[in-house]
Amino acid sequence: MTYRNPPTTPRKSATFDDYTLSEIRRAAATGIYDIRGAGAKRKLPHFDDLLFLGASISRYPLEGYRERCDTSVVLGSRHAKKPIELKIPITVAGMSFGSLSGPAKEALGRGATLSGTSTTTGDGGMTEEERGHSKQLVYQYLPSRYGMNLRDLRRADAIEVVVGQGAKPGGGGMLLGQKISDRVAEMRTLPKGIDQRSASRHPDWTGPDDLEIKILELREITDWEKPIYVKVGGARPYYDTALAVKAGADVVVVDGMQGGTAATQEVFIENVGQPTLACIRPAVQALQDLGMHRKVQLIISGGIRNGADVAKALALGVDAVSIGTAALVALGDNDPRWEAEYNELGTTAGAYDDWHEGRDPAGITTQDPELMKRVDPIAAGRRLANYLKVMTLEAQTIARACGKNSLHNLEPEDLVALTIEAAAMAGVPLAGTNWIPGKNGF
Amino acid sequence: MPATSKATRESHARVFDLDVQSLRELNQALHKLTPGSNETAWEVLNPKGNHSVAVGVDQPVSIDVRGSVGYYCGGMNSGGAITVHGSAGPGVGENMMSGSIVVKGDASQYAGATGKGGLLVIEGNASSRCGISMKGIDIVVHGNIGHMSAFMAQSGNLVVLGDAGDALGDSIYEARLFVRGKVDSLGADCIAKEMRPEHLELLQGLLDRAGVTGVKPSEFKRYGSARTLYNFNIDNADAY
Repeated sequence: MTYRNPPTTPRKSATFDDYTLSEIRRAAATGIYDIRGAGAKRKLPHFDDLLFLGASISRYPLEGYRERCDTSVVLGSRHAKKPIELKIPITVAGMSFGSLSGPAKEALGRGATLSGTSTTTGDGGMTEEERGHSKQLVYQYLPSRYGMNLRDLRRADAIEVVVGQGAKPGGGGMLLGQKISDRVAEMRTLPKGIDQRSASRHPDWTGPDDLEIKILELREITDWEKPIYVKVGGARPYYDTALAVKAGADVVVVDGMQGGTAATQEVFIENVGQPTLACIRPAVQALQDLGMHRKVQLIISGGIRNGADVAKALALGVDAVSIGTAALVALGDNDPRWEAEYNELGTTAGAYDDWHEGRDPAGITTQDPELMKRVDPIAAGRRLANYLKVMTLEAQTIARACGKNSLHNLEPEDLVALTIEAAAMAGVPLAGTNWIPGKNGF
Repeated sequence: MPATSKATRESHARVFDLDVQSLRELNQALHKLTPGSNETAWEVLNPKGNHSVAVGVDQPVSIDVRGSVGYYCGGMNSGGAITVHGSAGPGVGENMMSGSIVVKGDASQYAGATGKGGLLVIEGNASSRCGISMKGIDIVVHGNIGHMSAFMAQSGNLVVLGDAGDALGDSIYEARLFVRGKVDSLGADCIAKEMRPEHLELLQGLLDRAGVTGVKPSEFKRYGSARTLYNFNIDNADAY
C-alpha cells in the first residue's frame, strides 16, 4: 500500500468568488454590462450596527400601551401654505408607473392612505389609480418630465424635485422595451417597445442657483401652496443638503445606496454612492449649521426594514423615513409562493432583481396583463398598511423604553455602535466606550 | 421711454405693473381666471427680467409682456397666448401644454424644453438646447439656434429659418427638425431625411401659424432619428 500525502481542501478565492467568476463569464458571453433592479446588495455598515441603550436608573421609561408616544410629523412648513401632515414618520418612496404595474401603484396608494401617510409618483407621470387611492400624493419632478403636466402638478399634495437617487447618484432612469406597453408609451410620449433611458440631468436648470429659480417657478405655478422636496442620492450629503436648503427646499430627501431602482447597471448600484447610515449625520449637520434643523425636514431612505431602523434614523436627527423595496415586499415581491416560477427565470425567491425584464411572477414589476392580475390592490394595500403599523409600533416600543413621548425626541445619546465604522458614521460611541471615532482629535 | 407710455396698449386690457404689484399677485390673478371670465386680455408692464412671469396659465387669455423677462416665462402654459415684447431668459415656455408664446427678441437656453404642445415662436435667435426633450410642442425660430438643440427630442416640430449649432438632435426620438440654413453638426442618431410632400405641407402650416412670410418650405432640409439606438445594441456603444 503506497502512502499518499494528505491533500489540501480545494480553496476558492475570496477575491474571485463564485459570483465574480459568474459575472466574468456572463460578460464574456454577452458583451454587455449586467442590468438589474433593487439597491446595493453588498454588506454595508447599517442600522444593525447600532443599539439603543434603553432606560435604567439615569433615565426612566414610559409605560408601553398606556403612555402616549407621538408618531406624527409635518413636512413642508417652511414655505408651503398647505404642508403635509402625516400620522407616521414613514412614507412610501417614488416608484414609477411603467416600472410597476397599475395594480401595484394602486396598492401602494391604498396602503399608505390606510396608514395616514403619503405615497409618491415616479418617472412615468401620475396615474389615476394612485391619485384616486392616495390621500396624500407626492408628485415627482424628474429630468425626463414624462407625463409632467399642469393639471397633475396642481392636484398633487407636494412636489419632489428629483436630482438623484441612492442606487445611482448621477444616473437617469431606464425602462427596457419589453415594459413599454401602449399605456406606458403614451404617458411618456415615446414609441412602443423602444428602450427608454431617461436623462440624468434636468433639461432646463443646472446647479444650485438655477434650482432656486426652478423652485420659485414651481411655487408660482402652484400658488405657494405645496411643499417642495428636493431628493438627492447619497453622494455628498452635507453639501447637497446645504445647497437644497439654499435653493429653497421645504424638505430634503437623501437616498442611500441601499435604496432601490427599477433598473440600472450592477456596477453603478454597487460602486457609486454612500451607505444610508453614512449619509444621515452629514445631512443633519448641514441643517444644524444653517440653523434649519426641524425647520426644513429631512427624509432618509435606503434599506429601512423595521421599526428599529425607523427609530435609529429618527434618533440620528431625521424627521421621516421612506420605504420602497420593503413596501414592494409587503405587496408580495419575491414571495416564496412563486418559487417554481423564480426557478424558471434562473433565480430564487429573495434574489429576484430582474425587474426591468417585466416578467415578475409576483405581478408587481411588470406590464404583462396576466401577471399583474396576481396583485389584488385591496389585499396588497392592506398588507402594506399592516406592515407600516408594525414598524410604527416597533419604533414606539423602543422610544418608550428610552423614555420618549414622541419618536422625534429620540436622540443620538440613546445610541451606541457595535463597530468602529458605524460609530464613526453615526457619530455615536462604540459600545462599552466613550469613543466616537473622529471626535475630540482621535 | 417708460414702458407705461406704450401707445399700443389695448384699452380693455387688465394692466399689471410689476413695479407696483408683485409677481405672486400677477400669477395668482391669472390662476383665478375661470372659463367664463371676460378678462381675456392682460398686459404686464415693467417685467425687468423677472423670473416666472405668467407661469401656469390655464385659460385662453392673451398676455402682452412689455419688456424682457428672466427664466421660465410662460412655463407650463395651457392655452394662454403670451407675447414677450423683448427678449426671454432660459426656459421660456418650458413644458408648455397648449396655447402660444411669441418672443419678439432673442431667447436664452432651453427654449421650449419638454414642451407637450402649443406653439413657441422666437422672432430673434435662440441659444443652446432649444427644444431639449420636446414632447409635442411646435417651435419656430426666425434666426439661429445654438448647440445641442433638440437633444432627446421625443415629438413635435422644430423649425429654424437660420442656422443650427453643433450636435443638432442628439439622441433624438420622433421629433421632426426643419433647418433652412447650415447645420454645424448632427448629434448621435440624427440624420438628414427626405422632404416628402407631407412634410412640405406640414412645414407650410407651421410657417403660416408662426406668421412667417416670404419663405418657402422647399428651402428647408429635414432631420430626424435614424432609430438605430432605439434598442440597445452593444455594437452601437461607440455612438455615445
